[in-house]
Amino acid sequence: MPVLRSEGVFKVFGRRPNEAVRRLRAGSSFEDVKPLGTAAVIDATFDVEAGETFVVMGLSGSGKSTLIRMLNGLWRPTAGRITLGDADLSTISARDMRILRRKRVSMVFQHFALLPHRTIMDNAAYPLALQDVERSERRRRAGEALEMVGLGGWEDHLPSELSGGMRQRVGLARALVAGTDVLLMDEAFSALDPLIRREMQEQLLELQQTLGKTIVFITHDLNEAMHLGDRIAVMGDGRIVQIGTSEQILSEPANDYVAQFVADVDKTRVLTAGSVMVHPTAVVIRGAGPHGALREMREAQTSAAYLVEKDRTLLGVVRDTDVVAAQRAGAQTLIELTRDEVSPVHVDAPLMDIFAPSAETPLPVPVIDDRGRLVGGIPRVTLLEAMAPNDLPTNGTSDDTPSDAADSNGTAGEVAANPVDAPQDADADASIRATGAGR
Amino acid sequence: MTGDLSFRIPLGEWVDVVVDWLTSTFDLLFDVIKAVLLALFDGLELALTAPPNWVVALALSVVALYVKGWRFGLGALAGFLLVQGVNQWDNAMATLALVLVASVIALVIGIPLGIWAARNDRVSATVRPVLDFMQTMPAFVYLIPVVIIFNAGVVPGIVATITFALAPGVRFTELGIRQVDPEVVEAGHAFGSPPGRLLRQIQIPLALPTIMAGVNQVIMLSLSMVVIAGLTGAAGLGRPVVEALSRVNIALGAEAGLSVVILAIYLDRVTSALSDRSPVARALRRTAV
Repeated sequence: MPVLRSEGVFKVFGRRPNEAVRRLRAGSSFEDVKPLGTAAVIDATFDVEAGETFVVMGLSGSGKSTLIRMLNGLWRPTAGRITLGDADLSTISARDMRILRRKRVSMVFQHFALLPHRTIMDNAAYPLALQDVERSERRRRAGEALEMVGLGGWEDHLPSELSGGMRQRVGLARALVAGTDVLLMDEAFSALDPLIRREMQEQLLELQQTLGKTIVFITHDLNEAMHLGDRIAVMGDGRIVQIGTSEQILSEPANDYVAQFVADVDKTRVLTAGSVMVHPTAVVIRGAGPHGALREMREAQTSAAYLVEKDRTLLGVVRDTDVVAAQRAGAQTLIELTRDEVSPVHVDAPLMDIFAPSAETPLPVPVIDDRGRLVGGIPRVTLLEAMAPNDLPTNGTSDDTPSDAADSNGTAGEVAANPVDAPQDADADASIRATGAGR
Repeated sequence: MTGDLSFRIPLGEWVDVVVDWLTSTFDLLFDVIKAVLLALFDGLELALTAPPNWVVALALSVVALYVKGWRFGLGALAGFLLVQGVNQWDNAMATLALVLVASVIALVIGIPLGIWAARNDRVSATVRPVLDFMQTMPAFVYLIPVVIIFNAGVVPGIVATITFALAPGVRFTELGIRQVDPEVVEAGHAFGSPPGRLLRQIQIPLALPTIMAGVNQVIMLSLSMVVIAGLTGAAGLGRPVVEALSRVNIALGAEAGLSVVILAIYLDRVTSALSDRSPVARALRRTAV
């Protein structure tokens, strides 16, 4: 049962909104109905599940802010139905809407929207004051929320004394203190500078792990969308162009508009090991012995193989030279030849975490699941491909993509390490070919 | 001239008829208004003139000291001594009483009207031309019906002053409320604030600096009407000014005029200092860490 549901929702601002909706339904475009009014949202249909972070992404003017304002009834849809739990927001009375806002849905604003004349404590406690919570209880809960966002000790200051990032933490604390299960975030981090923004994103993810709110997050920054969102809806000219996970949107953009966005994104941050891994080759089961291992390597044409248990739990890697030597010495088992020089990566690891392991091994980087079982491998060429620039020209819509992404998490260092390894890599390939030819 | 289109609209006669009708129909209402205004004025004037003049001057200077500081307090005291020195103390106090009564009533009408206009575009569109009319119509003109309705004395002076000074109270209030950051208002809605609470807790506090600028303007405009009030026979600094004008008495004119200026500066500085003390204005002065 979805928490929020939008069914065929339209919002048209202008003189003849209903006529505009009729024509849009009949297939007219955003431009066609301009004389009748501005179609901010056209036929928006989606569900948001409990505990999900649903990101709505689009350029300014794409209708995303209007859409989020319909989710808490600040705007009424011109046509269509929005339901929050059991409540139908298109027909609800103003009084019931206010109660719903106090209990179910709170909001974080782009420019923080704090009350400048009230202290941080009073700002954070504002929703509780509206719920007529008693004063000492109010202060206790607001204090907790401020503590949670790392603003303990700032209670008696005024918003003007805080930096932008801190003010938005107050905005977040205010939204959390209300105790609602749905959190709407309207470009919540867009007004912050890139490093602070990254910090806030991490904090939100961290909080979300413990709180498990249903979040609808609006942004124009695809990196942010991919970083935070379980699912992403891409909006353009009032329509939802595509809804999907970040990987779906990256790998199968629905049209040129989405592809333009995708061209900007730092894929290594978004794509996970699981999405680029291939079926592992050169896998030797522990009981196979040196003979079996060599046969497997010959077939896969590699100089090493993964050694796994029967249930495919990864034990390590065996090298052809070690195995040949052991076979000559008459060994029957492989386990003592295992090298743990390759660090496996988890299936959910972002690509940027795979560069370092990749540099260590001639084999594809082994990918394991939660139980440590080998589920795939990532050849280095896949990583290099993911890093390569996209076919589409980058248009720089998102201002912070390259520098921010690299600086804040030290990706630059890892990327730079790769070319240095390249010659060595080529040697390894050559040696594989040489051994293959030798046989 | 021949060839000119010649016709006459008896607009003035219509107005005359309307005023006559008003006078006879709402006789009782006007009497009540008159009694109330007179009582307010008399009460306030008494409060300002009954104690020894130095007590009042000292009290007013202490207000100045409290809202703005010792320098302004001393300046105010010097100013009031000058007013006493040119023998205009009683007139100045009568004018102060008139200005305060008129301003308070203008604000009591104007601020709610401004709030209403800010929340309703139709009200705003209706109120605007009415305010334009009230502000630009020469004050002497509406003094005539006002005197007919309320007779001579201080009451028509107060009514004319209210009419003239109402506009900035409405306009600044409307402007202030419309200028409140829409996102903050939205935040109030988003957390479930009822409209009345939103007005009290967000819109009015945030609009207060602008509303206070309107209060200041209302008071200053009221003061500028003292001469008109003098024409209707109201007590105050208007009377010596009118007298000086009719007798071409430069000395008296200068003394009374200077007293008006001193009163004006005093009221202006006090009200603008008050607006600087509003919570929002204070909050905005405290800067980021």
